[in-house]
Amino acid sequence: MLETAGAWLSPDEWTAVRLSLLVATTAMLASLPFGIAVAFLLARGKFWGRSLLDAAVHLPLILPPVVTGYLLLIWFGRRGPVGQLLYDYFGIVLSFRWTGAALASAVMGFPLMVRAMRLSIEAVDRKLEDAAGTLGANPVWVFAVVTLPLCLPGILAGMILSFAKAMGEFGATITFVSNIPGETQTLPSAIYTFTQVPGGDAGAMRLTLISIAISVAALFASEVMARLVARRIAAS
Amino acid sequence: MSPVLDIAVQHRLGAFVLNAELRSDGRLTALFGASGSGKTSLVNVIGGLVRPQAGHVRLDGETLVDTARGIFLPKHRRRIGYVFQEARLFPHLSVRQNLLFGQWFSRTSGSNGVELSAVLELLGIGHLLARRPGALSGGEKQRVAIGRALLANPRLLLMDEPLSSLDEARKAEILPYIERLRDESRIPIVYVSHAITEVARLATTVAVMDGGTVKSCGPTSEILSRLDLAGLPGAPEASSLIEAEVAGFDREFGLARLETRAGPLLVSRGDFAPGRKLRIRILASDVLVSTGPLSGISALNQLPGKVAEIRAPAESGASAVDLRIDCGGEILTARLTRKSVAALGLAVGSPVHAVVKSVSVETP
Repeated sequence: MLETAGAWLSPDEWTAVRLSLLVATTAMLASLPFGIAVAFLLARGKFWGRSLLDAAVHLPLILPPVVTGYLLLIWFGRRGPVGQLLYDYFGIVLSFRWTGAALASAVMGFPLMVRAMRLSIEAVDRKLEDAAGTLGANPVWVFAVVTLPLCLPGILAGMILSFAKAMGEFGATITFVSNIPGETQTLPSAIYTFTQVPGGDAGAMRLTLISIAISVAALFASEVMARLVARRIAAS
Repeated sequence: MSPVLDIAVQHRLGAFVLNAELRSDGRLTALFGASGSGKTSLVNVIGGLVRPQAGHVRLDGETLVDTARGIFLPKHRRRIGYVFQEARLFPHLSVRQNLLFGQWFSRTSGSNGVELSAVLELLGIGHLLARRPGALSGGEKQRVAIGRALLANPRLLLMDEPLSSLDEARKAEILPYIERLRDESRIPIVYVSHAITEVARLATTVAVMDGGTVKSCGPTSEILSRLDLAGLPGAPEASSLIEAEVAGFDREFGLARLETRAGPLLVSRGDFAPGRKLRIRILASDVLVSTGPLSGISALNQLPGKVAEIRAPAESGASAVDLRIDCGGEILTARLTRKSVAALGLAVGSPVHAVVKSVSVETP
């Protein structure tokens, strides 16, 4: 099985790994500003429909992933109301493209991201924000130099959770963008494909090991970062 | 000239109603009262943390709040420094970054800006710059918080019980810095406290608060000797504040000789530098009154004076009466029984001697 380290994976398998990393990273970064904004609204906002927004954000966590994928297909497909708009005005096509896979992953990971961020924003001492205000900082600066740094651990945790979810997302992705090698075939799809053909066990196992390694690495990285941030804040 | 502080606000918070009027020109105005009397609510209104439902706040003639004219200046544009009860230092920043926090935002500071080196020297915190707030003691945190507020170049400094979370040793460590601040900076201070010793030592003006209103406001020595305030719940016992200068020592007995307008006073402290000016406080119940000079008595101080006011007790049947005695221009307050006043035949204008034990004089 192991000829050389470089030739351990077939080119197709390498493509799946790189594509998964690209999709997960894109999904995490693209949903980050929305995640922070929504978490902030839910933690601090007092507006009509707050619980409705809360429910909507949590929906992908509860719905069967196939349902989420199908809804995405209806809305963001080439003929869908949003998909049509995106194509007409920005030339963006999501269905059956890797960008669509990123969108599906981002939507599926969004509740996890928002949840982690919201908890950490709620834990920030508002009194420190008042203090910053009396020192001349306007609300935008207060957010940038006091609130945001203080909830950084939660934001990092939310990013890692979103990334990990995106690495493993299967149901919504395959429903929305199918399973096209080189375009939308991420690690889980590739593993699934291997299990469907005779003699694919070895390939499935290789990709499974890689999947485990990436997940563990992400978890480890989040631990290290959280500890660094915590030390900065608590100080010695 | 408009007063430094001109406030008249009404604000309801649940069952509590703040209805306070205050006008002060003091270098350090103390808001004094029991907890729940509205002191913190009032400074929060001044600092812009609370938006009052009605009224106005003016600082040096500039209107910060005027609900009738729809004016409300947000807190970050008021340039009012606020030292909180619990220092509220930013935990993710170093002491240096905490201190300079306000300077990032006060671009208008210009030439009259406060110098970091001057503040470090004033507060004795130069050695803490590289540390993080988590590594500071309570007293150090509070001094950094004072420095942080000063460096934002404020035109008024609010201090909300800055010493209440500290033990006696830490309080004693910080009080001299606040005195220096009061005497050396040109920034007026509003100081919230429920500790009469702090107020007596620091304040130039006192506003007594009770039930959300300012009961009275005036120079410290006058307010502390005011007899009608002594009956308020949470108000201090009437006492006399006297400005004194250290004239010398009696080393044999460990006594300091003080010069005051009322006459020389011996106090049982041996560690004052000669020439030092200080403020002493004598409780009304520690003063004896005699109609003539006494001999054969242990008390070392006898100050001649005249009865200036006899305050009838608040309720009929009460046994105690407060007297204000004019001793060479200083007012000394004495608490006697009605029986003694009758027995000595005291009336306004009667010449008397106020007798004070050396150990009863409170010194800083």
